[in-house]
Amino acid sequence: MTTRAMWKAEVDIEDLRIPVKLYAAVADASVHFRLLHAKDHAPVKQQMVDPETDEPVAPEAIRRVIEVDRGTYVVIKPEEQAALEPKPSRSIAVERVVSADKIDERWFDRPYYLGPDGDDDAYFDLARALEKNSWIAIAHWAMRKKRYAGALYGSDGYLLLDTLRSTQDVVQIESIRPPAEGAPDPREIKLAEQLIGTLEDRFDAAAYKDEYREQVLALLEAKSRGKVVRFPKAARRKPTDSLLRDLQASLKGGRRASGGD
Amino acid sequence: MATKKGGAHGHHSARSSERRDEPKRRTRGNGEGAAAETVSAGHGPRAFWSGTITFGLVSVPIDLYPAVRARRAPMRMLGPEGRLLQRRFYCSVDEEALTNDEIVRGYEWPDGSFTIVTDDELDALAPRKSRDIDLQRFVSRDEIPPKLLERPYVLAPAGDSTKAYRLLAHTMERSRRAGIATFVMRGKEYLAAIFAEGGLLRAATMRFSDELRTPDSIGLPRARKSGADDHSIEIALAKLKADDLDREALRDDYTDALLALAEKKRDENRDVVEIEERAREDDEESADVIDIMSVLKERMGAARAPARASAGEGAKRSDQGTSERRASSKPVHGSRSRRRTREGTSSRP
Repeated sequence: MTTRAMWKAEVDIEDLRIPVKLYAAVADASVHFRLLHAKDHAPVKQQMVDPETDEPVAPEAIRRVIEVDRGTYVVIKPEEQAALEPKPSRSIAVERVVSADKIDERWFDRPYYLGPDGDDDAYFDLARALEKNSWIAIAHWAMRKKRYAGALYGSDGYLLLDTLRSTQDVVQIESIRPPAEGAPDPREIKLAEQLIGTLEDRFDAAAYKDEYREQVLALLEAKSRGKVVRFPKAARRKPTDSLLRDLQASLKGGRRASGGD
Repeated sequence: MATKKGGAHGHHSARSSERRDEPKRRTRGNGEGAAAETVSAGHGPRAFWSGTITFGLVSVPIDLYPAVRARRAPMRMLGPEGRLLQRRFYCSVDEEALTNDEIVRGYEWPDGSFTIVTDDELDALAPRKSRDIDLQRFVSRDEIPPKLLERPYVLAPAGDSTKAYRLLAHTMERSRRAGIATFVMRGKEYLAAIFAEGGLLRAATMRFSDELRTPDSIGLPRARKSGADDHSIEIALAKLKADDLDREALRDDYTDALLALAEKKRDENRDVVEIEERAREDDEESADVIDIMSVLKERMGAARAPARASAGEGAKRSDQGTSERRASSKPVHGSRSRRRTREGTSSRP
């Protein structure tokens, strides 16, 4: 089974042009439900209504507003909004290259695969160059009337382009630093390092399954056969009262010192 | 770009992400867009979850806040009478207006038949696992592929002591490790990575690997392993190499321009509509800003004044009702109320 490309573009790096196709990397695996009318199980539809009259309002009579002050709204006309939209373009313009560790997890939004579109050599050269150096190329493009910023990187020989969140949207907490007093005790640090060391492993994404999703599907199948399904609930742990004691006990692989499950 | 839009979905988002600020209960209702979301998620993007990080036998109580702000310029819909419109549900057959308790959730089988499930049934599935974020594995930070990263969070220390929090943050940061865990939040299981930087802990939920396509499933040509002699691309990239991310280049100019336009029109008194405050009660999106900075400052700081909070306040926060959102938009003060909240936030969004 193959996936259709969403968009054709070219990656522009200085004066190089690398033709690519863009594919959604996320495949929807979720269990979808439909909303139904309880009485007759007919699908539910939604409409916008005037809250005073309870009358549905036709889509063409609806205006879009933005709140500028509390209680004060300004109407934005479709043509005004259209004037702010970017011009159509096929260019994914690389403007900057940084080490992969310069972008933390807060920025990454949605991943897309890029595939070659006529020049396989250039495509795989680019993927390799980025991956080999652990570089991320920061790119900008406009697609479907929206501007995007993205992170272009190589993974297993292929190119991925993740959209990035905007500077205004990412919460910056860098100015906060823990106070000097109350710094961790050197003995505790040592034990914590040992403990983390015993839990060190390679990251294997395939080792994790969405068990909840599987349970939802199992529930649906059981229900469709008329079965009643019950699952037990779990308890929570009690807080640590002695950090040192718990660290030592953890390293010994012993049971929890301060109680709990 | 590939965000989902429901049929009658009126969001018409102003550029910024259409996805909600809270972790969406993915097994619920995406397909029907806003209809399903509005019923299951109630109102307002409010992610607030409390739990306990455990590593070994050590427990670190934390509160989790979104590291991404809500949409800056949400567009609302205005009717011809100058009132903000509301979304209503109707039966598609008899056109009857429906209240939430007249609506059920159905899973459609390929043969067109439905199995009805209740919220209680779905909720009973989730808490099988405890609410601990159990760090059973620590991996090198750079091993986590960006494509898996989904929603980012900031973790604030909760409880009466920051000792265990600071120890974990310090040790993870020094060893450049990220912790990996699965945990249950708001009725769904998540895979998460915990990061430490600057003495603070952050988290990101991650996609499960079966939620991602592969080059093979897309049908891309086989990757070429052996390198060609042509280094022109690498040389071009190297010319663009910089030491740091340029945050200015990642600004959302579109929303800035949209807001500037709206403010200019207000100043010129063009297309301005004043709307009574009470219409706000039923808004589907309200700015719900939990001031993460002040929460973190307060909790990391040495002088943490224990504020008294009534039981009522704690209980309130666990609700999802519209009227609660204003209360919840204030920074949370005091560890007592937080502990109560911890008991109260296990319900779904």
